[in-house]
Amino acid sequence: MDLSVIDPISLFVGLVAAATPLLYAAIGELVVEKSGVLNLGVEGMMIVGAVCGFATAVTTGSPLLGFVVGAMGGAVLALVFGGMTQYLLSNQVATGLALTLFGLGVAALVGQPFTGVKSPRVAVVHLPVLSDIPVIGRLVFSYDLVIYLGIALVAAVWFFLNRTRPGLVLRAVGENHDAAHSLGYPVIRIRMMAIAFGGACAGLGGAYLSLVRVPQWTEGMTAGAGWIALAIVVFAAWKPWRVLLGAWLFGGVTILQLNLQASGFLSWLQSVGIPLQAQYLSMTPYLVTIIVLVVISADRTRASVNAPASLGKSFTQTG
Amino acid sequence: MFRLEPRAVTPVWITAVTPLLAVLATMIAGGILFALLGKDPFETIRVIFVAPLGDPYSRTEMLIKAAPLVLIALGLSFGFRAGIWNIGAEGQYVMGALAGGAVGLAFWNVEGAWLLPLMALAGMAGGCLWALIPAFLKVRFNANEILVSLMLVYVATLFLSAMVSGPLRDPAGFNFPQSRLLHESARLPIVLEGTRVHVGVLVALIAVVVAQIVLTRHLFGFNVRLLGQAPRAAAFAGVNAKRLTVVLLGLSGALAGLAGIFEVTGPIGQLQPSLPVGYGFTAIIVAFLGRLNPVGILLAGMVMALTYIGGETAQFSLGIPAAAISVFQGLLLFFLLAVDLLTRYRVVPAKRSGV
Repeated sequence: MDLSVIDPISLFVGLVAAATPLLYAAIGELVVEKSGVLNLGVEGMMIVGAVCGFATAVTTGSPLLGFVVGAMGGAVLALVFGGMTQYLLSNQVATGLALTLFGLGVAALVGQPFTGVKSPRVAVVHLPVLSDIPVIGRLVFSYDLVIYLGIALVAAVWFFLNRTRPGLVLRAVGENHDAAHSLGYPVIRIRMMAIAFGGACAGLGGAYLSLVRVPQWTEGMTAGAGWIALAIVVFAAWKPWRVLLGAWLFGGVTILQLNLQASGFLSWLQSVGIPLQAQYLSMTPYLVTIIVLVVISADRTRASVNAPASLGKSFTQTG
Repeated sequence: MFRLEPRAVTPVWITAVTPLLAVLATMIAGGILFALLGKDPFETIRVIFVAPLGDPYSRTEMLIKAAPLVLIALGLSFGFRAGIWNIGAEGQYVMGALAGGAVGLAFWNVEGAWLLPLMALAGMAGGCLWALIPAFLKVRFNANEILVSLMLVYVATLFLSAMVSGPLRDPAGFNFPQSRLLHESARLPIVLEGTRVHVGVLVALIAVVVAQIVLTRHLFGFNVRLLGQAPRAAAFAGVNAKRLTVVLLGLSGALAGLAGIFEVTGPIGQLQPSLPVGYGFTAIIVAFLGRLNPVGILLAGMVMALTYIGGETAQFSLGIPAAAISVFQGLLLFFLLAVDLLTRYRVVPAKRSGV
């Protein structure tokens, strides 16, 4: 086994990039859940964002346009969910599942002509002087713009939810929609906006996956990232900064297992008499998700204090 | 213009008509989709929805496709009624196939009528145990069963892939990641001469009857419905919600596992990584299309099997992409949930203010 190929600095750089799709999807879903809506369709919105972004970037040659269209694709799908759950009062769990199944199908259909095509490169921001500082230059100043924007987005969401009036209204809608309604706040309109925002974020995360992380289009390429993003929101106890932590944790697990596979760890295990296949390492992000969920949920009081009280409940105006 | 008025009672005809409405809306939306893809919408709809019904081979193939869907959906429907969301049936299906298939491979070339029942039991146990993981974590640690059961789908699929490229690989298979072909004693008997219709189809039909009786005539079915509709009332009536959660998840896992081992011992005949084809997810649509009612699920399973068979024909004869069929199925679930509004609310003209 050659562990020396695992360089801590590139490990961290890889971790930040691997965490970015999760970060976008999870911070968007956090806002949606704070408004009292549970959208389980993150996986579907992500993959639609991935395919829309990739197709746009390849056809136009502009990754920027790809990210914009990816976000729009996610938002459009989210609005379908919003229309059904907010106006037609359908069950949020079932509609979210439908969104995922539908999104996976649509993405496969749209993406068919783009399989095996290469996307235009997304440039890394190179700052003169700063990026050239040893160690810190690579750790802090070696990313593309989307990564920086993702971290800024976490800060912005924190500020919006905790320091602004509209953010307070959004949280009020999520805690008690009847009370918010009787104060005159447009519950459904606020929720629709939150849902669209969540969709756009998931779409962006998906586009980052297909344009930067992989960078390629393959059917079903999100491979559960949307579901992991949902778990991150629970892990974060609906707090924006902990979403960043959660995304980095899962990004770290993904990168670590990929690096272990590349380092010859498996053949070393084989040589000491433990024949382990690569599939077992690939399982780790999913297993870690389960373990984290269990640890976080086990403390019932802490888990429930931050959860929005109206989460997943339909709102109807009566009288 | 209009407003919604909650219904006190849902008329039976509305419950029955709304799924048909959803299927109709899906056909129209699907027609538009196919027109956008540059295909003749009427011809495509005919090939997918009508042509298989007139062809004897397609009719029996429908039964074979419908059997796993119906088995899985029956199990899921009990959970959904009680508000327990097992969406990892795909993983339980894989673990059932794997556990049952491993028994079949352990007794490879051993003859005996006891082998198939043993494999079926192992399949049910495999699926059941896999579903008991989210059940235990939910009951003991309050972990969300939706996320846990779904994560376990990926784990199960990877595990299957590891097993067929490792311990269960065909020793004479040139290193292909698949198991040996199961021998005669480990294959499901055919019930209709000259077709591929196997015993599993009969078992699915029996399961429908049993589920209908349990749901409408047995205290268990009553408790399930009570827990879903009025959890507080259920608690006062002495329904143990935790125990019911475990039983319902275990039951749906066992049925999904049974569907898995039937697929291995029926049409496929060996373990291979491509075993999971999404039945566990499509079964969610089947459960809702059938209104969580066993007889409805049987009909819904047939409709969904029709789109699979017709979709395959359309792929070959009209060049419709395979993904179009999953879009179709997704659309169906959307429309279904949308028309559900009509069962719970009455749409009435809005009252003018001051009247």
